[in-house]
Amino acid sequence: MGKLTLEKLRALREALRREIHQRTTSDRSIQIAVGLGTCGIAAGAGNTLHALTEAIAARKLGNVSVRQAGCMGLCHSEPIVEIAVPGMPRVIYGGVQPADVDELVREHLVKRNPVARLVYESRPESADAGPDASFERFPNQFRIVLRNCGIIDPDKIDEYIARDGYCALEKVLFEMTPEQVLGELEKSGLRGRGGAGFPTARKWLFTKNVPADQKYIVCNADEGDPGAYMDRSTLEGDPHSVLEAMVIAGRTVGATKGFFYIRAEYPLAITRLETAISQARAYGLLGADILGSGFAFDIELRLGAGAFVCGEETALIASVEGKRGMPRPRPPFPAARGLWGKPTVINNVETLANIPVILLKGGEWFSRIGTATSKGTKVFALTGKINRSGLIEVPMGATLRKIIFDIGGGIRAGRAFKAAQTGGPSGGVIPPEFLDTPIDYENLGKIGSIMGSGGLIVMDDSDCMVDVAKFYLEFTVDESCGKCAPCRIGGRTLFNYLKKIAAGKAVPGDLDQMRDICQAMQRASLCGLGQTAANPVLSTLRYFADEYHEHIAEHKCHAGKCQSLLQYRIDPVKCVGCGACLRACPVNAIAGERKKTHVIDPAKCIRCGQCFAACKFGAVARA
Amino acid sequence: MSTTTEPTGAPKLTDELLAFIAEWKSRPGSLIMVLHRVQQTFGYIPRAVAFEVAELLDVPLAKIYGVITFYNFFKLKKPGRNQIQVCLGTACYLRGGEDIVHAVEKQLGVGLNAITPDGEFSFEAVRCLGCCGLAPVMTINGKVYGKLETGQLPAILAKYRQV
Repeated sequence: MGKLTLEKLRALREALRREIHQRTTSDRSIQIAVGLGTCGIAAGAGNTLHALTEAIAARKLGNVSVRQAGCMGLCHSEPIVEIAVPGMPRVIYGGVQPADVDELVREHLVKRNPVARLVYESRPESADAGPDASFERFPNQFRIVLRNCGIIDPDKIDEYIARDGYCALEKVLFEMTPEQVLGELEKSGLRGRGGAGFPTARKWLFTKNVPADQKYIVCNADEGDPGAYMDRSTLEGDPHSVLEAMVIAGRTVGATKGFFYIRAEYPLAITRLETAISQARAYGLLGADILGSGFAFDIELRLGAGAFVCGEETALIASVEGKRGMPRPRPPFPAARGLWGKPTVINNVETLANIPVILLKGGEWFSRIGTATSKGTKVFALTGKINRSGLIEVPMGATLRKIIFDIGGGIRAGRAFKAAQTGGPSGGVIPPEFLDTPIDYENLGKIGSIMGSGGLIVMDDSDCMVDVAKFYLEFTVDESCGKCAPCRIGGRTLFNYLKKIAAGKAVPGDLDQMRDICQAMQRASLCGLGQTAANPVLSTLRYFADEYHEHIAEHKCHAGKCQSLLQYRIDPVKCVGCGACLRACPVNAIAGERKKTHVIDPAKCIRCGQCFAACKFGAVARA
Repeated sequence: MSTTTEPTGAPKLTDELLAFIAEWKSRPGSLIMVLHRVQQTFGYIPRAVAFEVAELLDVPLAKIYGVITFYNFFKLKKPGRNQIQVCLGTACYLRGGEDIVHAVEKQLGVGLNAITPDGEFSFEAVRCLGCCGLAPVMTINGKVYGKLETGQLPAILAKYRQV
């Protein structure tokens, strides 16, 4: 098609919209989308898509289009297939395996009977036709960032353009001054979604006001927080929304070059981004003289290589520069001296994905969503002990109860909710008493956690809080770059204390020592990683102090996680003398003759739990 | 370690890599991108190749070593023919990722971050593969196995052994 001018882009969008309109109404054709994000593919969605295509070809069905889409966020029910037949409710099917495909095609496409056993959700198309209907695809959610995820084919720029793609860029290039763009952003109240929540408009303004011959825009897609994958899904499902925002940022602050820093662990996201960048270049939406406006901007990909600290902006800059990703003291902030010493805007994927919508719908519209200080929505990766794990986007101010029980379907296996963890290794745990607290930046800070990038991990009564704190500390100890002593030494020492507690070797004064170390780390560490590394310890201490005391004073772990504290015993009433435990024991700690009660020797027992798992009669007791 | 793509003798930069380096040499901050490409080709960063890269990019070898050892992703040792990664991100950890690690150790007869003596498997734990919805998760040569149970492991590993 070649490079586009403004007129050609508008004409193309009109033509694409007409085509889609025709496809979905007058032509009465059937639209099928299969979610092909990393999760979906891992669950076998590639095979499902293939089987669908074949079954439709075999039956010679006309007017059926099958396309790949990004992640719909329903990770618990992958592979996901969405079928829209004109005149019928839109049906989302979950867990569709190739073996189910024939039935699906026969019943739903030919006989027009949805296959009830596979239906995840069914909604009449017209029932949700409010002005913001396109954001309200799923109950209790409001999808701005994920507006196109699971709907468009991420490998086709045309599908993005048809859904208002690059409309905001048009406005910014031809109708708005950089000041007006900043004004809208300011009005919107958008704050950085990478964790710290700094107002985006201010960040851009700083960089804009620094005179320099070269400025840079960097997109931080180094999503290293374990248990978080919002950015991966956004990039896999809707890469152009982020590219468009980067060009807008470039135009606004006066940068001509952008870098995309993305984890090497996300191969599919990288491939889709590469495709998106080359398509945008071919259309003239990247490169010289964008849409004939005279403005030039291009984007290069840079791969991360597995270092959590590179999420910190000065460390990220060092990594993009090809060096070890070690942070440096701030100020100067990257907004003034960033990449290669030039003023640099660094925004996270989710922050950027909001921007085209803000500019199209207006900052005023955006600021009506959310709470007084936290505007818009937040994407969460809802995982852990929850029935419907997946990706959700809710207005700021939604409560944990709504997220966990209404959207997430409650706790797995009917167990009791114990805590939710947000902010990953920099965050904290939220106990049940705050289930009804509206979630925004300020409230989370008050209760000792942080918004973080959006990992939300649900824990039940079988999870031990000492173990959870130990898990996060082990992570930050591994990931500390070693540059400053408070983080390097403090983290290690704290981790050693936690190991001592879990092993039943701690003494009462240890908790005070730990609190001191936590404080020193918070105050004296060089970067955010060290300053926040103690949060998981402090917040578990704050809400689950009893559990720590139990470990220390009584040498007990109620959740049954800290192996050294467990005692195994065989119940003589239940034991039938089958010998299964004896054979399973790796250290010969179990003795007993066939058909007679077996006995565990506590001195030899290494508390591995193999006997517990091997016994079919529930005779091995753990306390 | 017999069946690998590596030619006999010390590994050397391939023509494709030479072309890549020529293309990237002039761009600032190219070292990490070059190392990625080297690892893609060899499965790790061979010492001999690091010498060549140092020469071509005009970067001290010490700096290259510093970068390789800073990032978890880069390897100095040649991995096994099949690479197993068990995820120990938070979601996988809570849903029994450690049990998977122990079970794989038992199956392979080697511990974490080791290579089996026959060079068939290398085995490491990683932090979050971003498939938390499918926890616990493991990948073998990039293929993701989700909602794993320890009982499935013998059959999965056997598939890779036979080849």
